Amino acid sequence: MGWIGETMDSIKSLQIRQVLTQAISLGMIVTSALIIWKALMCITGSESPVVVVLSESMEPGFKRGDILFLHMSKDPVRAGEIVVFNVDGRDIPIVHRVIKVHERQDTGEVDVLTKGDNNNKDDRVLYAHRQLWLQQHHIMGRAAGFLPYVGWVTIIMTEKPIIKYILIGALGLLVITSKD
Amino acid sequence: MHSFGYRANALLTFAVTILALMCAMASISDNFNHPSPSAHVEVLNINWFQKQSKGNDEVSMQLNISADLQSLFTWNTKQVFVFVAAEYETPKNSLNQISLWDGIIPSREHAKFWIHTSNKYHFIDQGSNLRGKEFNLTLHWHVMPKTGKMFADKIVMSGYRLPEEYR
Repeated sequence: MGWIGETMDSIKSLQIRQVLTQAISLGMIVTSALIIWKALMCITGSESPVVVVLSESMEPGFKRGDILFLHMSKDPVRAGEIVVFNVDGRDIPIVHRVIKVHERQDTGEVDVLTKGDNNNKDDRVLYAHRQLWLQQHHIMGRAAGFLPYVGWVTIIMTEKPIIKYILIGALGLLVITSKD
Repeated sequence: MHSFGYRANALLTFAVTILALMCAMASISDNFNHPSPSAHVEVLNINWFQKQSKGNDEVSMQLNISADLQSLFTWNTKQVFVFVAAEYETPKNSLNQISLWDGIIPSREHAKFWIHTSNKYHFIDQGSNLRGKEFNLTLHWHVMPKTGKMFADKIVMSGYRLPEEYR
């Protein structure tokens, strides 16, 4: 109870300059996080350099909650690579393995078919209506490395948004009430 | 300066940093492994070879796949994903890769294996180019670590040829 009393006192004794300084520090932290994210996008050449595995379709290799580090180069997609792609009209990226590749002689464009390791069928059911193949431009990146379990934080925050609000609220409170 | 909040924060930051460092070192230790895998694939029989109603050739074959991939496993290996793909060229496509069979090797003990199987995935061409076609069979492996960088490589076996006529 004394802690709540202290918090109320410290909120009442705020000065404008202090509040502004706090706001600027918070802004600096957020923008440096953004800078790091954008720099990662540049370095890896991929639109989303880190993805969280959301489904069990790649078990036992990748479980729900693992994070994947992506890389993208202009090299054409080859069979066996684990790629992350977006289906037209859906915004959840899918992480599956390439099982078939057909590369054109003249243009160098590729037709690609993917399948999750743990699925029985290939991904044609997931593609857009009547789409049989993926093209290079659907592919956002190739998986190069992975870390287990770290992605659970993102999954929890997405599936139970309350936790996200509690976390941000607590962070805000901490910034306001700390003296330095 | 020594409140519970500060101490918890410092502890957490330190713990996360050490954990990240350990993951990085585990991954780097994989680079010291020099694997020497071997593999052999044999086409035992062509089950059937036809042209589909859509005009694409399709072939079904019996394969005998034997491999020794034990040297790929390190202490940081979670599993090895192995697949056999047929690679060939056609007038329209400079490269066609069709995965015929894949499997997951969960541990070193299972890494020396042989398997007698028909192709798991349909061997369908884009077009009707497969009669008498020469193709390579490549055995690819993909080492998936417990943490860190993934490695992939392959062995190319050439000299296979499809029959001249449909059966």
